[in-house]
Amino acid sequence: MWNYTDKVKEHFFNPKNAGALDEANAVGEVGSITCGDALKLMMKVNPDSQVIEDAKFQTFGCGSAIASSSALTEMIIGKTVDEALAVTNRDIAEYLGGLPPEKMHCSVMGAEALRAAIANFKGEEWVDDHEEGELVCKCFGIDAAMIERAVTVNSLTTLEEVTHYTKAGGSCQTCHEKIEEVLEAVLAKTGALAPPKPHAPGTVGLDAIKPLAPKAEAAPAKLTNVQRMQKIMVAIEELRPQIQRDGGDVELVDIDGKDIYVRLTGACSGCSQSAGTMMGVQAKLVEALGEFVRVKPASLLPVGA
Amino acid sequence: MTAQGIYLDNNATTRVDPEVLAEMLPLFTEQFGNPSSMHGFGAAVGGKIEWARKQVQALLGAAHDSEIVFTSGGTESDNTAILSVLEAYPKKKSIVTSVVEHPAVLALCDYLEKKRGYTVHRIGVDNRGNLDLDAYKAALSPDVAIVSIMWANNETGTIFPIEELAQLAKAVGAVFHTDAVQAVGKIPMTLANSAVDMLSLSGHKLHAPKGIGALYVKRGLRFRPMLRGGHQERSRRAGTENAPGIVGLGAAAQLALLHMTDENTRVKALRDKLEQAILAAVPNCFVTGNPANRLPNTCNVAFEYIEGEAILLLLNEAGIAASSGSACTSGSLEPSHVMRAMGVPYTAAHGATRFSLSRETTEEEIDRVIAVVPGIIAKLRSLSPYWSQAGAPKEFAPVYS
Repeated sequence: MWNYTDKVKEHFFNPKNAGALDEANAVGEVGSITCGDALKLMMKVNPDSQVIEDAKFQTFGCGSAIASSSALTEMIIGKTVDEALAVTNRDIAEYLGGLPPEKMHCSVMGAEALRAAIANFKGEEWVDDHEEGELVCKCFGIDAAMIERAVTVNSLTTLEEVTHYTKAGGSCQTCHEKIEEVLEAVLAKTGALAPPKPHAPGTVGLDAIKPLAPKAEAAPAKLTNVQRMQKIMVAIEELRPQIQRDGGDVELVDIDGKDIYVRLTGACSGCSQSAGTMMGVQAKLVEALGEFVRVKPASLLPVGA
Repeated sequence: MTAQGIYLDNNATTRVDPEVLAEMLPLFTEQFGNPSSMHGFGAAVGGKIEWARKQVQALLGAAHDSEIVFTSGGTESDNTAILSVLEAYPKKKSIVTSVVEHPAVLALCDYLEKKRGYTVHRIGVDNRGNLDLDAYKAALSPDVAIVSIMWANNETGTIFPIEELAQLAKAVGAVFHTDAVQAVGKIPMTLANSAVDMLSLSGHKLHAPKGIGALYVKRGLRFRPMLRGGHQERSRRAGTENAPGIVGLGAAAQLALLHMTDENTRVKALRDKLEQAILAAVPNCFVTGNPANRLPNTCNVAFEYIEGEAILLLLNEAGIAASSGSACTSGSLEPSHVMRAMGVPYTAAHGATRFSLSRETTEEEIDRVIAVVPGIIAKLRSLSPYWSQAGAPKEFAPVYS
């Protein structure tokens, strides 16, 4: 079951401005029947003031498609044509309090219908340049078509490159197998298993796709508990030779969130300098983890822990 | 009608029968022993597991209770069956299956084709969902290690001629496996006299809990386990037995056998009543699959010019739970592979709605659904650009992306 916001539900169960608009002078029809969506947007635009005086829609689609259409009409009524052109699919999604990543294409369809209708009003030809494929990366909402384009245009050859260019697979990593499939398919098609052409990151030519700085994006990722524990263990191992030179030793006893319990042994136990050693251990761990932690002696471990 | 509403999504999962639950409960607290243990705690559980095995044997009409291997469910049974045969017959490099299988079989076959170099023959269906027998016969050869074809389709309920298919497979020396997850408990079976070598079933489709299933492995068939470890299930499926689940499945199998006639008479009549009433009240809709040869509990109606998820959301508002082959309910952008395989047009495939009944369904519930559905369809059609006020489909040609 989709996790729709109350706003989406409100616009689905009681859609605003549904139906045909007989006196419409701007009509946009877009859709993708294979995706189960089609939208007809009808607007009545005042020819003098360019104000959209009324708007109605008819939609073939799922709950979020109908809600996006309803929201769109509410957003554009009263706006001038040029003001309405500023409405993006993200605006529609935000108006609805957000859409599940798989459903973002519903808001895209709304934005496209609007552009098609405005083109129709101005007597222009509207060409749809949007294509979509199977959603691959759910974390960032990247579909197969977008990965294909990025791979083709930039001669990408590895999963890591795809992630840097499209973000796909950069978060939970569960889609890595699918990305590799898309990658293999494109490479097989273009025969581009030959050495990749060097590409300048600044000249991508796809406004939606910007290469990420490889390191900067990877670093802030939150450590898993295991990674964090390993970092702590490595840091303590690195400290030990130094303490052992003074005839003492340190061992990790427990990790409880921000509290890290260690035991000082050998010459350290009872040593007047042990508090200073603890401070040193704490400083080392804070540096290694990049977060604030407290180092406590094991004797302070809560009873029963 | 339960407090939560009218549940017509029994092909997705069923409610655990209270009698099944009652059988299971002692296994959590009183009879908690490990059946492998050498003491009374373990022996009591071991006895219950063997009782459960006999119930499943009876439901399938199998010759021996040792032919039943308990697993975690349909997907594990399907994966075990296919991988076991491929390992047991390493020289054979072809697999035969159908285009309308459950993903538990299809995704595995895709993987084996892509990564392990197997040749997969996916047999097509006609517009009624019937298997293309000529293509099936043509695909069979001595190189085929395993044929895996479902007994009944989960979306349309269409039944395949399993015995005939199995005998054809045997003739070329292939092992025949069937995913019978939807069929077990609804279709009487006598595997003892059958050419079927392996059969998958899932507990939660027949009022047992989720997380339990079984694989039937005909005696004498070469078998290679997927999970290796302890000696449980005669070393065919390692891991400490899910004793409560197994006993639940046993109790559910016993009940399923008891209700088999009810399922094929009363439940079937309710399904037919629902279907005929919808077809009579709603214009531009049709039944998908083969109405003459299908599961007694399943009805799949395609409503043209509207989309399935929207139908489900409105049904849900009315307290009715159903399912859809529409793209939007699954998160993919394509409508169900079963609808596409039957050549159902996109305008109708997206509106394909499945009502699946169970022995718990009542006539009162069906009457309520019959009263509600036409209004929901009309409301959505009033929003659809494909539908004109006059009530007939109209010309609408959007720019397709």
